[in-house]
Amino acid sequence: MSKILVIAEHLDGKLNSSTARAVSAAVAVKPDAVDVLVLADNVATLAAEAAKIDGVSRVLTVERAENAHPLAAVLAPQIAKAAADYSHVFAPSTTFGKDVTPRVAALLGVAQVSDVMSVESAHTFKRPIYAGNAIVTVEAEPSHTVVATVRTASWPAASAGANSAPVEALALDVTLPSHTRYVGLQSGKSDRPDLQSASKVVSGGRGVGSKENFDIIFKLADKLGAAVGASRAAVDAGYVPSDLQVGQTGKIIAPELYMAIGISGAIQHLTGIKDAGTIVAINKDGEAPIFEIADFGLVGDLFKIIPELEQALG
Amino acid sequence: MKILVGYKRVVDYNVRIQVKSDGTGVVTDGVKLSANPFDDIALEEALRLREKGIAEEVVVVGIGPADLTAHLRNGLAMGANRAIHVTTTDAVQPLTAARAFLKLVEKEQPGLVLLGKQAIDDDANQTGQMLAALWDRPQATFASKVEIADGKATVTREVDAGLETIEVELPAVVTSDLRLNEPRFIKLPDIMKAKSKPIDVVELASLGVDSGDHLKTTHYAAPAKRSKGVMVKDAAELVAALKQKGLL
Repeated sequence: MSKILVIAEHLDGKLNSSTARAVSAAVAVKPDAVDVLVLADNVATLAAEAAKIDGVSRVLTVERAENAHPLAAVLAPQIAKAAADYSHVFAPSTTFGKDVTPRVAALLGVAQVSDVMSVESAHTFKRPIYAGNAIVTVEAEPSHTVVATVRTASWPAASAGANSAPVEALALDVTLPSHTRYVGLQSGKSDRPDLQSASKVVSGGRGVGSKENFDIIFKLADKLGAAVGASRAAVDAGYVPSDLQVGQTGKIIAPELYMAIGISGAIQHLTGIKDAGTIVAINKDGEAPIFEIADFGLVGDLFKIIPELEQALG
Repeated sequence: MKILVGYKRVVDYNVRIQVKSDGTGVVTDGVKLSANPFDDIALEEALRLREKGIAEEVVVVGIGPADLTAHLRNGLAMGANRAIHVTTTDAVQPLTAARAFLKLVEKEQPGLVLLGKQAIDDDANQTGQMLAALWDRPQATFASKVEIADGKATVTREVDAGLETIEVELPAVVTSDLRLNEPRFIKLPDIMKAKSKPIDVVELASLGVDSGDHLKTTHYAAPAKRSKGVMVKDAAELVAALKQKGLL
C-alpha cells in the first residue's frame, strides 16, 4: 500500500511545471493514491490547476498568510505533519524542492533520495552522483517514509486537463517559526520561454566574449522561440545573470534541441544537458569536449556562423 | 561569535571518475582528493566575517577516517583557528553528518554554521537543511551574499526564479553557492603555522550518533553514452539537418 504526497511548487499564483513532473515520477511507483499538497496564502487557482493533472487523486490545500513565500523553515513542519498518512513524499528537485525537502526528511528522521532519475520499485531508485558521471541504484528503508526529490529533466510533465481531482482543505495544527522572514525576489524574468521547461534552448559560453556580444545569442534564441542559457564561465564573467546557468551547479535541463555556442563543454556543464534530445555545438576549437557529445557539430567563428544561421532560417 | 564550517574531503573536481566494472563503486584508490569546492567557499566566507570583526573564531569540522587530519590542516592553513575531526571509517550519509553536527553545535554553541550547498561526490544537497531542522533553527541555502548585523543575517539566495533575499535570526545554518566569494590560496608560511594549530579528535560513536546506512547503494553504473554525432560544414547544412529531424 503506497500513498504519495507530492509537494506543489508555484510562483506568482501559477503552478510550476516541475509539479507535474514530480507527479509523473509518483505515478511510476504505481501507488494507490497520488495527492498534491498546495501550501500558499491563496490556494484556489493553484488547487484548481493541480486538480487537472492526470494521475492526481486529491489536492490538499493549506491556506495561511505565512505560506505566501516558499520559506523552508515555515513549510517543512507543515509538510512533515501532512506526511503522516503517506508512504512517500515527493518534491521536484528544483531550488525550491532542494531547500525544503531535506528539512522535511530530517523532521521525519529519515534519509532523503535526491534527484530520482528512475523508479525501479516502491523503495528502489536510480540517481546520479559525481556530476552525473555515475548512476547509483539506492534502496530506501521499507519501514520508513520515503522522502525524495525528483530530477525534473528525467521526467515528462504529466498532462493536464482531463482530470478533475477533488480539492480538500487540510487543517494542520502546527506552530510556525518566526525566525525566518522573506525580504524580496529580484527576478531575471523575461518574455522568453522558461529555461527549465523550454523545448529549445540556445546557450552561450565564454566564447561569446562580452555582455554586449551576448545579444546575438538572445536574438538567435528569439528567432527560434528558444530559452537562453549560459555556461558557468559566461555567468562568472558577468555576461548574464546566474539564473541562466546550465550545469551541475546551475539548472539541469532536457530540451528537445540544445545549441551550445562558444561553450567548450566542461564536465559540470555537460551534466546539465546530457538528457537533451539533440545537441548542437558551435565552437571555433574543433578539439573542444562539447563535440564528443554533440549530435551536430560545426567548427568555426560564432560571429560569422550565427548571422549565417539566421539567414538560413529565413 | 563562533562559526563552525563543514569541511568535507572529496575526489578532486578535475578528476574524471571511473565506475568499477563490477558495479560495486567508483575507483577512488590513487585518485586526487581535495576539499569540496563549496566548502572552500564556506570557509572563505567565515574567514572574511572574522576579518570584519563579526566572528572571533572559525572552527573547521571534518567527518572521516584517520588520514582526514591532513585535509583539516589545509583548512587551518587557509586560516581557521582550530579543527574538530570526527572519526569514523564508515561512509557518512547526510542525515548522519547532520546528527553529528548537531552534537557539536550543542557543545560549541556557534552563532553560525557555514556549509557548502552540496558535496560534489554524492551531490545530495541535504546536510545543511537537515542540521537546521534538527537544531530547530533557520536555514539560508544557496547563499551568494551574507550580511550580518544585530543578531540576524540577511542572505541573498540563488534560486531558479532569480535572487531571493531572506532575513534569518542567528544562530542559523547558511549553505554557500558558487558566487558567494573567491576562496584564497594557501601560502607556504601558513602551512607551517597550521601545524601548531589544535585539532580535537572525537569518535563519531562517542557522540551517540549511529553511522548506520540509511540508504543502501546496491549498484553503480556508468551513465548511458550518447551516440556519436556528425560534423556539418556550414550553417545551411546545420539548418537543413535540424529541419529534417523536425526540430525547426
